[in-house]
Amino acid sequence: MTDSILRVQNLNVTHASTPILRNVNIEIPRNKVTVILGPSGCGKTTLLKCMNRLIELYNGLDISGSIYLDEKEILNSKNDLTSIRQKMGLLSQRPYPLPMSIYNNIAYGLKIQGGLNKSEIADKVSHYLKIVGLWDEVKDRLKSPASRLSIGQQQRLCLARGLAVNPEIILADEPTSALDPISSTKIEEQFLELKKEYTIIVVTHILRQARRLADHVIFMYLGEVIEQGTPEEVFDNPQSPTTRQYLKVGH
Amino acid sequence: MKRRKKIEEQFFKGLMAASTYIIMITLLYLIYVIFKQGFRALTWEIVSQVPKGGYYFGEEGGILNAIVGSFYIAFGATILALLIGLPVALFMNVFLTRHQSALNNIRFFLDVLWGVPSIIYGAFGFALMLFLGLRASLLAGIITVTLLIVPIMIRSMDEVLRMVPGGLLEASYALGSTRTEISFKVFCRQTLPGMITAILLAFGRGIGDTASVLFTAGYTDYIPESIMQPAATLPLAIFFQLSSPIPKVQERAYASALVLTLIILFISILARVLSSKYKEHVIK
Amino acid sequence: MPVSKRKIIDTISHGWMLVSLTVVLLIPFMIGLGLVLKSLPILQQENLLRLLVDSDWHPMKGKFGFLPFILSSVYVTLLSFLIAAPICLLSAIYLTQYARGWLLQVMHPVIDVLAGIPSVIYGVWGILVIVPFVGNFIAPLFGTVSSGYSLLSGAIVLAVMSIPFILNLLIEVFNSMPVELKEASLSLGATHWETIKYILVREGFSGIVAAIGLGISKALGETIAVLMVVGNVVQIPKNVLQAGYPLPALIANNYGEMMSIPMYDSALMLAALILFVIVLIFNVFARLVIKHGGSRR
Repeated sequence: MTDSILRVQNLNVTHASTPILRNVNIEIPRNKVTVILGPSGCGKTTLLKCMNRLIELYNGLDISGSIYLDEKEILNSKNDLTSIRQKMGLLSQRPYPLPMSIYNNIAYGLKIQGGLNKSEIADKVSHYLKIVGLWDEVKDRLKSPASRLSIGQQQRLCLARGLAVNPEIILADEPTSALDPISSTKIEEQFLELKKEYTIIVVTHILRQARRLADHVIFMYLGEVIEQGTPEEVFDNPQSPTTRQYLKVGH
Repeated sequence: MKRRKKIEEQFFKGLMAASTYIIMITLLYLIYVIFKQGFRALTWEIVSQVPKGGYYFGEEGGILNAIVGSFYIAFGATILALLIGLPVALFMNVFLTRHQSALNNIRFFLDVLWGVPSIIYGAFGFALMLFLGLRASLLAGIITVTLLIVPIMIRSMDEVLRMVPGGLLEASYALGSTRTEISFKVFCRQTLPGMITAILLAFGRGIGDTASVLFTAGYTDYIPESIMQPAATLPLAIFFQLSSPIPKVQERAYASALVLTLIILFISILARVLSSKYKEHVIK
Repeated sequence: MPVSKRKIIDTISHGWMLVSLTVVLLIPFMIGLGLVLKSLPILQQENLLRLLVDSDWHPMKGKFGFLPFILSSVYVTLLSFLIAAPICLLSAIYLTQYARGWLLQVMHPVIDVLAGIPSVIYGVWGILVIVPFVGNFIAPLFGTVSSGYSLLSGAIVLAVMSIPFILNLLIEVFNSMPVELKEASLSLGATHWETIKYILVREGFSGIVAAIGLGISKALGETIAVLMVVGNVVQIPKNVLQAGYPLPALIANNYGEMMSIPMYDSALMLAALILFVIVLIFNVFARLVIKHGGSRR
């Protein structure tokens, strides 16, 4: 396949002898939208959280295997965790705006990173708000609390916030499941635009969304990767009976 | 800059761990001091006898009057509080489930009531006593302590009852029960462990509180034989003996403090044991 | 059981419930009314404002200035809060964010036991440990002489008493925060500590304020433990090593004499009324913050 930015090798995650992820081996192509598809509980979110090592927040998990970002191992690395995490932006199912103003939500990551003066930060804030299409809607109330935005606006804000720290990859965990159809469409459009500069990994259980977005598909079931490939390969010519069954029932 | 951040984090982490351990050590130290001073002075006479003549000058006797008095008051108040509090808690969770805002207001009200200091109940109890023409007595003490522990009992029971899954309620209605039957048979059995804990919590509060009985229960060297007689209480016994200039009497105060502490600790442990024992009956 | 009998039982218990509910709802009003009625005599005689700011307290001469008591209460409560609040906040953060699970398991019984210990026991401990500590160790450290019976002793004892209460509330505040918020901050490249400092504390701010507010209101009303170590001298304390005389202690100490001196009982009831009102205000305010702080989401 073309140049892959992320490579997961023999990833196993167990919780008290119940396996959550089993022998996951996948490659994520650069500057493409990869969709991780599968029913609820198949381990998609866990896989995502391994990539930016948020999995470490959860106790009692046994993790083995390796993950390579640009050929550098990151799962077991003792190196600076914060810089690893900054390379990947996270978009959750429900938007979680930081308890601050709209402006500060985006400025937060920049201030943490450091190295920018006030006007540079202001420039970036407006830049990223424009990218996600929020600028016109919020430019007069940048100092008001982010919690007052509608849920669709909040999700776009979270996207802008994640982009502002200049990640290479965007991890999106069912990013439209809490949104109305119009906001969902906006987010999906954003993804298609953004893949020119970033690599996007979207976790979803909505078949139609996967079809709309994917350049590369990974189908998972009960913690294992069943099939991966191009949309034509997986959707039109599924090899595994599990995949075929899912495609029949899924929506 | 990264190093500075790391140093700051380590510094605060140390501070935080220290705070936690300070709290733990303080408790252990408190128990240690009370036990040490108390055991030194504790004798069988102290817990088994009432004060004889000259007790407060170092002569014979014990604090049995206070121990019994405290138990009488705590028991009486707990029973009264149960009679008033249990129906209210049940009412809130069985009858008012459809009136969420009224329910929230009542809970708010009870929470605020819980915060009223016991000296206020004591002062009010005193005023009430005068108004009703009562003298300082077991009855006045019981009434005052009841007022004190009612909010505690209702709120604790309420917290327990809230956890009962709504499905249980519906199933019972479907079987044709009246709401009373649901309240007592279904809810109480299901929540028995929590209820016991709530009752013991209120009892523990009632037996150890000073300010509410200070004006109202009076003090006496005898075990009260009627509800209109004054009663001694452990907290007051401790307080009075401690104020004495005679070292022997002060020592007895420490022993009395130990007795009270042991009673409270016993109640806490009992609450935990009983609630885990009855958890078998609970449907999950 | 025949239906009619069940119906009767239902009606009786229904009635019993309503009666109890009414009684409970009436309690604070009865208390307020009772206290007001008993305070009326002195309020009719003196101006309320004057009573509150006057520092001359000589009941036998008919002088009832409450200022020394109000100030003592404020000082000792404020001081105890300064001691207890940072410890509780730091510890709550540690227990919920950094420590292993078992530590929190161990701390819960510790906190419960501490919370159940009666006030008078804290007082005994205060006399045995804190008073000598302040008198023999702290005072010489600052070059002064003190018997140990002081605002500082009162504040330390109060702080220890408030800690279980405040700590429990704060632990709940931090535990009820969605983990996704932490995840969002961490994915932006923040460290754990930065997340706590900038995000979690801000998110839980209303809860923290409410917890402290409730802790303060509880400390204001604490009677016996403070009374035993604070010195009970009628004066406006000039520093924390001097003795004070908080409002609850005033009421508790003098009920014996109050019937023999004219207006004394009314004055003490007024003190109780003042305390009641202050505590209610704090409580209502703090509970309102809890109610509306969380509904932001």
